[in-house]
Amino acid sequence: MTQTRTAPQDDPAKVAEFEARIAAGQSIEPKDWMPERYRRQLIRMMSQHAHSEIVGMLPEGNWITRAPSLRRKISLIAKVQDEAGHGLYIYCGTETLGVDRAELIQQLLDGTAKYSSIFNYPTLSWADIGVIGWFVDGAAIVNQTVLAKASYGPYARAMIRICKEENFHKRQGYEIVATLANGTSAQKAMVQDAVNRWWWPSLMMFGPSDANSPNTAELIKWKVKRRTNDELRQRFVNLTVPQAAAVNLTLPDPDLAYDTESENWSFGRIDWDEFNQVLRGNGPCNRERLAARRKAHDDGAWVREAASAYAAKQRAKQASEAA
Amino acid sequence: MTAPSVLPPPPPAPHDELELLLRLGDDRLVLGHRLSEWCGHAPILEEDIALANVALDLLGQATMLLRRAGEVEGKGRDEDALAYWREAVEFRNCLLVEQPNGDFAFTMARQFLFDVYAVVTLDAVSRSTNAELAAIAAKALKEAKYHVRHSGEWMLKLGDGTDESHRRVQGALDELWRFTPELFAADDVAARLAAEGIGPDLPALRAHWHELVHDVVERATLTLPHESSHTPHLNGGRAGMHSEHLGHLLAEMQIVARSHPGAKW
Ligand SMILES: [Fe+2]
Ligand SMILES: [Fe+2]
Repeated sequence: MTQTRTAPQDDPAKVAEFEARIAAGQSIEPKDWMPERYRRQLIRMMSQHAHSEIVGMLPEGNWITRAPSLRRKISLIAKVQDEAGHGLYIYCGTETLGVDRAELIQQLLDGTAKYSSIFNYPTLSWADIGVIGWFVDGAAIVNQTVLAKASYGPYARAMIRICKEENFHKRQGYEIVATLANGTSAQKAMVQDAVNRWWWPSLMMFGPSDANSPNTAELIKWKVKRRTNDELRQRFVNLTVPQAAAVNLTLPDPDLAYDTESENWSFGRIDWDEFNQVLRGNGPCNRERLAARRKAHDDGAWVREAASAYAAKQRAKQASEAA
Repeated sequence: MTAPSVLPPPPPAPHDELELLLRLGDDRLVLGHRLSEWCGHAPILEEDIALANVALDLLGQATMLLRRAGEVEGKGRDEDALAYWREAVEFRNCLLVEQPNGDFAFTMARQFLFDVYAVVTLDAVSRSTNAELAAIAAKALKEAKYHVRHSGEWMLKLGDGTDESHRRVQGALDELWRFTPELFAADDVAARLAAEGIGPDLPALRAHWHELVHDVVERATLTLPHESSHTPHLNGGRAGMHSEHLGHLLAEMQIVARSHPGAKW
């Protein structure tokens, strides 16, 4: 009885037609026929993305109450609020594939769904807020710019909208970094330390190297992904190296060197053991992040019940008034 | 022998206007800060967004009010100097806004009582004889009207939701009621400002506030706490006599700024 474990067999003629549409650059919409594997891959990718937006609120939210000026406090709240909006928007996009948000959130809380490994690192100083905007939102832009051309219409459209805000976050983060880098010696030390801590985890955000990325080939064939993890990682490094130099900050990689032939910045070896440990739940903050999400969910249960009880009472009232 | 003065009475000391700006500004700074503590921890994603919106509005209002306070004071302090470099005893917010968040019912009841207060007082201040103040209040009033709709709807949902939500929000209302007389207590500063048409006539606004609160509380199937639950001496916020909570809030808020004197952010 392997039938229950694998996706139902799709009609080969329909698959061929679907793949022809993809090859012709058409976008797939919720009501269109799609292979079950495609649907599942999209649900996996989109829900991971949505979860990442939500869990990502925690490390940055950690500094809202300590932001050092009113302007910075306001812009940090607005940024974290944007991320909540991104999560909500992508959850809605995922619902077009026939799953509901409550189910997806349950998977996050169960620990069965993944989210970006980067958010399992702690934010230890105010400078982390600048560096996260610069590196993490910067990496998200590199990813999402190509996802905006993904074959699934709702996902592509979500990415176009979200990317505009991520660009704003990145500019804001880099501006914090530049301010600190031009500040007092304590501020300079603070921002260099943050760069040192966030650089390698940011490179890991693009996922395993292509050699170890089991889903990539299929995702590229169906134009869910348009570039491989390594290609995107390289693009991020190429963009970021000159930005670091412009504010006199050092990236913590002695092997970083410009290769005139490929016109790429080559970089040192990523510690994949660390990456795998974080994915397995053993990063510095995995437990804290999930515990915080579970606490918010559990503490909020009575509020959600109250809201639906009230809505039901209102509906009953309207029905009896109409009768 | 002193002849009766032929000149009009002197305008209120700039100190009174400064006090008013600090009272209005600090209420919003402290409550905005409290609301921002929810960010990432709300019962539903939509509420993370909504609470952040209210926090952003309040902090935006606080920025304008404290900036103006610095100008009126004339000692070169800007909004950040006032927010980050004053001690708790120098803050002029009411006690209501500095109370810790508690559960969602407590936060919403605190917010509702404040939002109604904000609407009635800002409406009055928007007609102030002081043009700068009137302009800031008019802008803030528009926002406060959205806020009270949001917190008022939650009072209905929680009050008329489940037994548990009813019990929690009624408990919150009972607990917070003792902080409401302070909102309308007029000391000498407030009385002078009201007489000059600069500040709100607080005691006169109380009845309207009470009526608006009562209307929602009744529709939410809740009961207004009895006036005897007022604690008469809980009215020191405007004079810097705060609860112990404010010092902890400020310690957190000010730590980075104060660790780096003279730094720019
Ligand atoms: Fe985002
Ligand atoms: Fe972002």
